[in-house]
Amino acid sequence: MGWARKILRVNLTEGTCASEPLNMQWADEYLGSRGLATKYLVEETDPKVDPLSPDNKMIMSTGPLTGTMASTGGRYTVVTKGPLTGAIACSNSGGFFGAELKFAGWDMIIFEGKSPKPVYLFVENDRAELRDAANLWGKSCWETEETIKRQHQDPQIRISSIGRAGENQVLFACVVNDLHRAAGRSGVGAVMGSKNLKAVALRGTKGTSGIKDFKAFMQASNEAKKVLADNAVTGEGLPKYGTQVLMNVINEIGALPTRNHRDVKFEDASKISAEQMHEKRATDGKPQLVTNAACFGCTIACGRISEIDKTHFSVVNSPKYWGASGGLEYEAAWALGAANGVGDIEALQYANLLCNEHGMDPISFGATVGAVMEMYEMGVLTEEQIGTAAPFGSAEALVQLVEMTANGEGFGKEIGEGSRRLCTKYGHPELSMSVKGQEFPAYDARGIQGIGLAYATSNRGACHLRGYTVASEVMGIPVKTDPLVTEGKPALVKAFQDATAIFDSAGICVFTSFAWTLADVQPQLAAACEGDWSMEKLETVGERIWNMERQYNLAAGLTRKDDDLPPRLKTEAAKVGPAKGLVNGLDTMLPEYYQLRGWTPDGVPSSETLNRLGL
Amino acid sequence: MKVVFKLFASLTDYLPPERKGNIVALEVDAGTTVLALMTRYQVPEKCAHLVLVNGVFIPPSARATHALTEGDELAIWPPVAGG
Repeated sequence: MGWARKILRVNLTEGTCASEPLNMQWADEYLGSRGLATKYLVEETDPKVDPLSPDNKMIMSTGPLTGTMASTGGRYTVVTKGPLTGAIACSNSGGFFGAELKFAGWDMIIFEGKSPKPVYLFVENDRAELRDAANLWGKSCWETEETIKRQHQDPQIRISSIGRAGENQVLFACVVNDLHRAAGRSGVGAVMGSKNLKAVALRGTKGTSGIKDFKAFMQASNEAKKVLADNAVTGEGLPKYGTQVLMNVINEIGALPTRNHRDVKFEDASKISAEQMHEKRATDGKPQLVTNAACFGCTIACGRISEIDKTHFSVVNSPKYWGASGGLEYEAAWALGAANGVGDIEALQYANLLCNEHGMDPISFGATVGAVMEMYEMGVLTEEQIGTAAPFGSAEALVQLVEMTANGEGFGKEIGEGSRRLCTKYGHPELSMSVKGQEFPAYDARGIQGIGLAYATSNRGACHLRGYTVASEVMGIPVKTDPLVTEGKPALVKAFQDATAIFDSAGICVFTSFAWTLADVQPQLAAACEGDWSMEKLETVGERIWNMERQYNLAAGLTRKDDDLPPRLKTEAAKVGPAKGLVNGLDTMLPEYYQLRGWTPDGVPSSETLNRLGL
Repeated sequence: MKVVFKLFASLTDYLPPERKGNIVALEVDAGTTVLALMTRYQVPEKCAHLVLVNGVFIPPSARATHALTEGDELAIWPPVAGG
């Protein structure tokens, strides 16, 4: 529907909800969702703000394609200053919440201040009000959704909420919508918890309106959908096997981080893979995978819906987990599994369920457990301190630690601080596999060189979704590049980063980029949105968004030294596989990357660059 | 000579019945190429998107000439992606 042209501003301190017009000049310069919400955050907050203080703001924002017929047009973004990193946080989620916000007639919601008591926001089209959430506080995300729907006698309400992790301000708490979709990274759920905001419940019945040229938009979106359907990855591979198909791929190329990045291949990778999810279990004759699932408007449907083995020790006495639910996706399966040396796929699904139920990022949680297990094996942490024996490979420890972290009990409180703080506390900061305090996702930067640069320079800390060079370096999308070399990677990283900023800001899923290029997105935006949305402009807007985020981080106090990888990846060579003997060549790539970006050798955008981008 | 042949995702069904998971150990003639093994097991070329020997990508143009050697591991995927 293009833009709804309306913002909901919620002052939690005062308990007020007010409508105001969207700044259309900013929309023209920053598009929507990630880009536009960041612009608002930059203009309205001090970058040095304490992320968990009332002075920080949290914005839930849609893009101009959210809620439209564009494939995957259901995304929304949570933008704030991240407590895990101290950097810009923008976490993107699918499901149905984003489209519902548009159907209610809003582009974004800006939350400011802090409520004196737990509340939730209820929005029904133009009507918005804060309601008491005393009966919801302490409940899980799943219980919260169920309770709100029952209270309003409306099963079609769409809800984003925090669980106990967000309430307890676990620094990697996420915001969960539609039971198992999440704005997952950087601790946006902790910010929501710090504001005593338990949930946002939406009911929108206004439908779609405001498309600039309906006929042209339908034609463009239909043509783009055909591209997705005809593409073997988005039309066949992702629906059938999901992201989890990468487990064996990344292991085979020797880039599956294992046991806190000590190793690059996991001997039990096949046991936690997509193929394993299709295999019938010996215990009940059923495969773990039940079906695939799609978010709003998605014609790919990569999501996994699974049933855990009811006889598994983690759930044998907990029937509430026996039904079909979300997971496993690749990143979660890796972080909970290979990162800890755990090859028990049912234990991974249980830990994944608890992350969804209580609102935790399984990547940061799993990777932090990896650091705990390494320190346990080194003798730095003891069974008495942790509350359980925690050697690599222990499914029992994983299960116990996820319960402790979700409930904020015992050593779980320390895990909830994330790996950087935890490893520093125990004298081994080098064991935190993170950038800017955010834990790595599922690709080892020794076996995939470009992703190391993407991790180091990601504005929200280590992240694969800000510059997914794996598509090129491993899968050959759009062209195959050699994962073992650094040559050409700075340009590749920059191109992926700038283009991804457009996909995110448009309100569509970045997975479309396995088949689409910006040339497939451009006709949809041009038909939906007023103004000039040429390829040239999109390229400029993408680069502008990236530089704006960078400027925010610099103003927050981050410097070039924060664009770095842990020493393990730069000094400890891969032991096996194609990357055997290699470390990541970040120090070779980074200066060239800065130069390509038009930044100084210290990583600061030059005045020429800022002027060129209108910043 | 002995080699290991791995087919994943929707290609799994092309493996012989004696497969263990996605893997089968084979005895092949010296000089057997990547393409020859694909042909023997009727793996459609258009479905063989990601072809790795010992984890290293073999481009389509080299599959007819790349000869396997003792102990090599040939792994093939259809077009897949994730994130």
